[in-house]
Amino acid sequence: MRYEAPQDVEAAVRILAAEQGAYVLAGGTDLLVKLRSDMIEPEVVVDIKRIAGMKAITAEDGGWRIGAAVSGAEMGEHASLVADWPGVVEAAGLIGSTQVQGRATLAGNLCNASPAADSVPAMVAAGAVVRVVGPKGTRDVAVIDIPKSPGKTTLEAGEFIASVFLPARGTRSGDAYLRFIPRTEMDIAVVGCGISLSLDEEGRVTAARVALGAVGPKVILVEAAAAAIKRRVLDEATLSDLAEACSKAATPIDDKRGTVDFRRHVAGVLARRAAVIAEARAKGEKA
Amino acid sequence: MSRIHVTTTVNGDETEFLCDAEATLLDVLRDELGLTGTKEGCGTGDCGACSVTVDGRLVCSCLMLGAEAEGREITTIEGMAAGEVLHPLQQKFIEMAALQCGICTPGILVAAKSLLERNPDPSEEEVRYWLAGNLCRCTGYDKIIRAVMETAADLRRAS
Amino acid sequence: MALDDTKKIKDFKVVGTRPNRPDGIDKVTGRARFGADMVAPGMLTGRVLRSPHAHARILRIDTSKAEALPGVKAVVTRADFGDVPDHVANVIDNCMAGDKALYDGHAVAAIAANSAAVARKALKLIEVEYEVLPHVTDVDEAMKPGAPVLHEGWQQETVPEGYSGNVISRVEFGHGDIEAGLAKADRVVERTYRTGATHQGYIEPHACLATMSADGQGDLWVCTQGHYMVRNVCAAILGMEQGQLRVTASEIGGGFGGKTVVFLEPVALMLAKKSGRPVKMVMSRSEVLRATGPTASTSIDVRIGMTKEGRITAAFAELRYQGGAYPGSPVDMGSMSAFAPYDLENVKTVGWDVVSNRPKAAAYRAPGAPMAAFAVESAIDELAKGFGLDPLAVRLMNGAKEGTKASYGPTYPAIGLMATLEAAHKHPHWTAPLGENQGRGVACGFWFNFGGDTCVSLNVTPDGTVTVSEGNPDIGGSRASMTMMAAEELGIPYDQVRTIIADTGSLGQNEVTDGSRVTFAVGLATIEAARAAKREMCKRAAMIWGIDEEAVEWEDGAARPAGPNAGKFPPMTIKEIAAVASNTGGPIAGHHEVTAEGAGVSFGTHMVDVEVDPDTGATKILRYTVFQDAGRAVHPAYVEGQFQGGAVQGIGWALNEEYIYGEDGILQNAGFLDYRIPVASDLPMIDTVILEIPNPGHPYGVRGVGETPIVPPLAAVANAVSAAAGVRMTRLPMSPPRVLAAIQAAKG
Repeated sequence: MRYEAPQDVEAAVRILAAEQGAYVLAGGTDLLVKLRSDMIEPEVVVDIKRIAGMKAITAEDGGWRIGAAVSGAEMGEHASLVADWPGVVEAAGLIGSTQVQGRATLAGNLCNASPAADSVPAMVAAGAVVRVVGPKGTRDVAVIDIPKSPGKTTLEAGEFIASVFLPARGTRSGDAYLRFIPRTEMDIAVVGCGISLSLDEEGRVTAARVALGAVGPKVILVEAAAAAIKRRVLDEATLSDLAEACSKAATPIDDKRGTVDFRRHVAGVLARRAAVIAEARAKGEKA
Repeated sequence: MSRIHVTTTVNGDETEFLCDAEATLLDVLRDELGLTGTKEGCGTGDCGACSVTVDGRLVCSCLMLGAEAEGREITTIEGMAAGEVLHPLQQKFIEMAALQCGICTPGILVAAKSLLERNPDPSEEEVRYWLAGNLCRCTGYDKIIRAVMETAADLRRAS
Repeated sequence: MALDDTKKIKDFKVVGTRPNRPDGIDKVTGRARFGADMVAPGMLTGRVLRSPHAHARILRIDTSKAEALPGVKAVVTRADFGDVPDHVANVIDNCMAGDKALYDGHAVAAIAANSAAVARKALKLIEVEYEVLPHVTDVDEAMKPGAPVLHEGWQQETVPEGYSGNVISRVEFGHGDIEAGLAKADRVVERTYRTGATHQGYIEPHACLATMSADGQGDLWVCTQGHYMVRNVCAAILGMEQGQLRVTASEIGGGFGGKTVVFLEPVALMLAKKSGRPVKMVMSRSEVLRATGPTASTSIDVRIGMTKEGRITAAFAELRYQGGAYPGSPVDMGSMSAFAPYDLENVKTVGWDVVSNRPKAAAYRAPGAPMAAFAVESAIDELAKGFGLDPLAVRLMNGAKEGTKASYGPTYPAIGLMATLEAAHKHPHWTAPLGENQGRGVACGFWFNFGGDTCVSLNVTPDGTVTVSEGNPDIGGSRASMTMMAAEELGIPYDQVRTIIADTGSLGQNEVTDGSRVTFAVGLATIEAARAAKREMCKRAAMIWGIDEEAVEWEDGAARPAGPNAGKFPPMTIKEIAAVASNTGGPIAGHHEVTAEGAGVSFGTHMVDVEVDPDTGATKILRYTVFQDAGRAVHPAYVEGQFQGGAVQGIGWALNEEYIYGEDGILQNAGFLDYRIPVASDLPMIDTVILEIPNPGHPYGVRGVGETPIVPPLAAVANAVSAAAGVRMTRLPMSPPRVLAAIQAAKG
């Protein structure tokens, strides 16, 4: 294995495009685990952290562009980003320990393509778009379109994600992400749910995106859940409809972390709880 | 396969080493530099025994390549005491019996120091969540949490 | 050795205080050397190839390609060990599979190479041809006729017909007439309980560094709970004389019973022998989980009858423990301990030792007892609550005390169960209010405590300071305890004594650090060694003063004339006596060798509050209090630490920890990510109440304290969760999916 730390995107793309067994290294918190357990045997590892912009969080069109090597800890320390997208930042902040937070990135979490990735449902709910660079140039892709199946993405040979863009937050809007794990920390999500919504002045939902993680081969954007709460205030009946829509949309499996029945049920429970938090945030209440 | 030459700073000293591309920072610290105070409990970032700081940021050294250390500043448990003078956390851990077997202790001390540098007045909950990635199987965490909280209180009084 | 009646608790100067531990600075600075921290010149890296199958016949192992790889210096398989003595046959077969691989992770070959990278590559070049066999990992399935049998012809005569060959033996304990007792009960609870297999979860993986000379002398540096055991076992396996193998114990990063057996050590020695180079071996975390010694998974039937006043009329339990691929599950200790906290007229336990395609179980803190206590204490809780009785009052009514004939045979001397129950009953925790979805649970636990072979050598240096050499690895502060007891006995300050863990060349045989024996047995030997040194120093003073030895006594670190008739001489301190030792007969030392008896059983009562989320089945521990008899707490901070650590391991066992095997017999959670031990944010503070009912078998009254704390929590937490969830939980771990399913099933 070789280690390369190119100084610019072009150089990185060249190496990635040239070799079959090339892997991108940003935070490395998934890559090194795979490397050590012999799950992968890279020809070359391309460390993108020395490329300008990869560690930057910059304001853009009222939203935020987050470099591919920005760690969860760095996001959590960025007050304006946290104010706009607390759900996304919290989701990223749930990945691993404090130590892992010092390295783990949104882009890495997405490219690892685990169905249980915490930040992905939150990014999908937020309508996040990633900037992909590669041998054929640059393209912007919705986060939902990146994961293909467990461990696989739609990125093509030589491509990598250079940044994640979170759009302008908008008024009376809020987001939230909740996951269920058996312990309080250090686990992979058994179920995850991200919600982003906007309210009108009467507290009715004007726009909503609801996404579920760990209940299918990849993240699920639950259109029916969004439809269930649109133009309604989030009262008990609405929340029940939301929960039901989420439970129905979940297509989980039985595994060492949870059962089908459990995951279905808890998808609804989390959706309900996350919606309440997102609503409070949209109303400017502390949550 | 040629080895990679890396120049870095470890516990304040400029340090050079050669490492394989696959070598983790933990491998380098332990096997190349003889700094065995940093422990390997899992190799997957799940136990925190290998905690160090890189440019002031707390990380698992098992989840970072040695080659990535080029130009960085690394601090390990060996850099915590000033010569014979223990860091207040080290002293408090001994006084309050906050260790039993001691294998997790270096990682926990490095992590706790990093917390107190950011937050001099953490709540019990904040200490517990900050240290959630540092597994201890002996103590049930009780005395560790108390030692961190008491050290924080001592440091606040002293400043 | 009997309790000193002259030593009253108020007389202790050092025992009962909280000094800094002697190894503290090394451990907070990273200087302490653990198993993997040692290097030797010319050292090779050893690695193990492991079976990917749960059960398979090994038809052929071809190591030629690996041997041909540049940098590979030795390859070892079971064939290299040849025939070994019977008593270590299963040990070596577990370290290196013979005809069959018996579990996922079972070692089949090992190599030593000049770098870790070469070692990795070489492992992939070893060709193993397997014939995959049907497997069984569940204890109840393994017992059924027709189950795949691991070892033909190993079943003992104690097993009646109708069981599969995996049922190795049956044990029975008790007295009285169960059926007659049950007939007197107002209610009988009969339930089956199940517990998952858990791992000790020590943070330090197994590691060792072996060297072997051509003349047959070997040296081994190893993290272990018993380096004398390692020496004896490895010498037998390698056909060496014990005196030729010197084993040095490293600092040990946790063990909890899991480091009381060998895994890598004989393999490392054989690799060192074949290569002629030092060989270091360190397990990965997944190797630790797949292929060391977790505890048994169990299935337990309990039948207990109780009168409506709360008196237990009869108690019966049938315990089935699978202990992995070789006989020796801790079902015997489970069967003996199940009803040990109770004074019962009619009691019986039957235990079945079962093998299955899992790694062979090793000891785990009070081996066998927590599962039995989970079953029994759950049933008693259910009966008490069914009658509307206070569960602590029921235990006070039935609890064992001095003079009680224990269910496993002996009659108890002074014991502390009642003291723990009374302390629990009057503790504010017991009456604190509970909120919605919250529940409180209590449970009792018992552990035998061990003694065993022990040697201590205490030397007085020329300047009058003292060194203590003992042979038991210090797993949680025992050097501090030994130092304290030596200082106490000699009447000198704590910092005038230094205790070391001697290698196997320096002392006689020492039993492993297990059974909560060290503070008791090594402490006892330390006290006796100090007494021997005091006698010698009194003799020297008598010689100097020209009076009878009997006329000299030792007090406050000095020899003094025993009374006015002995003569008027100023006291001679230890320093003064040591300074002139060369003129009075030579160096001064005391030593003591003993098979320690009278360990003194230990009891505890735990109380826990939990909150269960009715929508997810998640349990949060809100409050926890441990009440336990320590006999005499030598260093109370480390006694508390044992209570807290044991309680939290028990909480993990109760809520989340479990070996999960797939249909294919492969372990699915061989890492700390999915083998979920409690993390700091899962827990509240763990409050402790130390009771001190002196052990009649120790000069200071010390009892072992390490193991009892893991016995009650499984049941205490289960009783609390059952109360909070409104449904009786009978299977561990009480993971959220199980609790939620139980809540939903109860709702209908």
